[in-house]
Amino acid sequence: MKRFMNDRVVRSFLRHPLAVSGLAVLGLLYAMTVFAEFIAPYHFDNGSRDISYVPPSRIHFVRQGRFSFRPFVYPYAYTFNSIFERVFVEDTARPRYVKLFARGDAVKLWGFLPIRRHLFGLGDNAGNCRIYLLGGDHVGRDLFSRIVYGSRVSMTIGLFGVMITSVLGFLVGGLSGYYGGRLDWTLMRLAECFMLIPGFFLMLALRSAFPMDLSSAEVYLLIVVIMSFIGWAELARVIRGMALSISNRDFVKSARAIGARDLRIITVHVLPQTLSFAIVSMTLSIPGYILGESALSLIGLGIQDPQASWGNLLSAAMNVANIQYHPWILVPGVFIFLSVMAFNFVGDGLRDALDPNR
Amino acid sequence: MRDEIIRRVLISIPQLLLMSFITFLFIDLAPGDILARYRFDPRISPETVKKIEARYHFDKPAVVQYGYWLWGLVRGDLGYSFSREAPVSAVIGERLFNTFLLGFFSVIFTWLIAIPLGIYAAVKQYSWGDRILSFVSYCGMSLPSFFFALLLMYLVYLGRDLPVVSAIPIGGMMSPGYDQLPWYLKIGDRVAHLVLPVTVLTVIALAGLQRIARGNMLEELRKQYIVTARAKGLPESKVIYKHALRNAVNPLITLFGFQFSALLSGAALLEIIINWPGLGSLMLSAVRSQDTFLVMGDLLMGGVLLIAGNCIADILLVIVDPRVRTT
Repeated sequence: MKRFMNDRVVRSFLRHPLAVSGLAVLGLLYAMTVFAEFIAPYHFDNGSRDISYVPPSRIHFVRQGRFSFRPFVYPYAYTFNSIFERVFVEDTARPRYVKLFARGDAVKLWGFLPIRRHLFGLGDNAGNCRIYLLGGDHVGRDLFSRIVYGSRVSMTIGLFGVMITSVLGFLVGGLSGYYGGRLDWTLMRLAECFMLIPGFFLMLALRSAFPMDLSSAEVYLLIVVIMSFIGWAELARVIRGMALSISNRDFVKSARAIGARDLRIITVHVLPQTLSFAIVSMTLSIPGYILGESALSLIGLGIQDPQASWGNLLSAAMNVANIQYHPWILVPGVFIFLSVMAFNFVGDGLRDALDPNR
Repeated sequence: MRDEIIRRVLISIPQLLLMSFITFLFIDLAPGDILARYRFDPRISPETVKKIEARYHFDKPAVVQYGYWLWGLVRGDLGYSFSREAPVSAVIGERLFNTFLLGFFSVIFTWLIAIPLGIYAAVKQYSWGDRILSFVSYCGMSLPSFFFALLLMYLVYLGRDLPVVSAIPIGGMMSPGYDQLPWYLKIGDRVAHLVLPVTVLTVIALAGLQRIARGNMLEELRKQYIVTARAKGLPESKVIYKHALRNAVNPLITLFGFQFSALLSGAALLEIIINWPGLGSLMLSAVRSQDTFLVMGDLLMGGVLLIAGNCIADILLVIVDPRVRTT
């Protein structure tokens, strides 16, 4: 551990305040992703249809002039005002205390470990009172819980996408740069094809080739495949440029002179040299996947209700009247913004830290 | 350089066609087609559907269909849009201008604002202004355009009682009574509807461009000829605007070509969100209704726009940078 902390790269990364804060945000978000079932107070599809678009619960500490160390919430009830808009009022007669490790919905952690306790909640005897940290949606589901579950999609899609893209990008870029000549020309013209059409147009067109009513798991896979299909070209071009210059260096020539096979030279001598660049570019390309998934889900071609992703949660905001009356439905966008920013900060920090010229 | 530009355009034609072929195959693999709604319509006899199928070659294998489409393309015929019941070229032509408006104004504003901000940040490096700008553009680069658009819609709603803000429409391209307006109010109405989308696209692009402009400017300011210019007593304004700026802008123009792709993608998504009848929102409705010819035409148009953008960038570079002309 000590050696790790003393490493030049690590030290230089830690000197970057934005990069470190980005890493911290990512840590929190991924903790949320991994322990979604435990952190979310409710199951993602647990709603009550008779109370739609509940505003965020206010957390109180003072009741009847007396301070209480245990935070509590009041159940919401609604009445209609003179122009028949719904007005939510707190029912101050029945406070419900917020408990840590409260009993709640029975869910299965990671799909197999049954748990009943959640990080926080109102406990078993709360009746129909619920805690809505960030408000509720049109069928009374807790937006916070849905955001937590939604991170399962939004925070992982970039990782899988980048894995596929990098394999393709490295393979094509490495071959192209190492062999040069006609193969290089062909592969690079092919890569250019994919950069010739605006990404979003291509994404829509490719999405159109598949039925609109796929299940969420299928859509998830589909988005990963489509986005990798579009995204590999850029990485391949850059890797190719680096491979080209590395192939003329002395250590590659000597490897060739002692009779190493081409494949071995490419994988052992050429590609590792591009690794530090590749790590940076992979980090910086993850936001593209997050945004792509969000965009597709936002316009209704991605993850479908009841499953949640940050983009599909935000799609409620596509209706202007919804934003006006229930502005909290914009919150999933904040999470998208935060995660994208965190990846950008970490990527920039890595770039500075891995840059050997510094 | 001229030959280089021509060569690039020529090579992009087969590339574009290859992409259109891939898309065509993909769409052909998809279950269902645009004629389904004719087939299930009791008012239309099966014979008529057969006739339409034969007329548009839907009864032939995909490769043959593509061949017919390509032949039509050569003659300037992009096919027929069944969902819009009009020729694809007419549908796209109508939408092209709307998307162009968005792109044109946001590019103009981005450059007009980003370059001065970049110069300011570079000249006053590490000042408070520079720090604030850096941080803001750092965040702006990560701000998703769709989220920003939704936020702005909410802000405009919140400011509905303020004098200027109340005049900004939240969506669409023209007000309901547009046709009855006199011509000067028509222009005003169009401009008012442009405010929100152009703001979104400008701010998003601004962040990145400002950062790069600052970087380039800083790099130029460190060079020897700047030291020389200062040493011989040139006023600072001349050093910056005549010497450093002209060199710092050149790489930005090359970048413009790349950014154009992002701009088109961003504009497409934005169009869908604010109901702007442009190429992007057209693409979505074409995809939803499996209108193959419309998807193909729109895709092609997107590609053509992108190539045109890159060409403009190349030509601009030739005009601005005399060094490029000789190579």
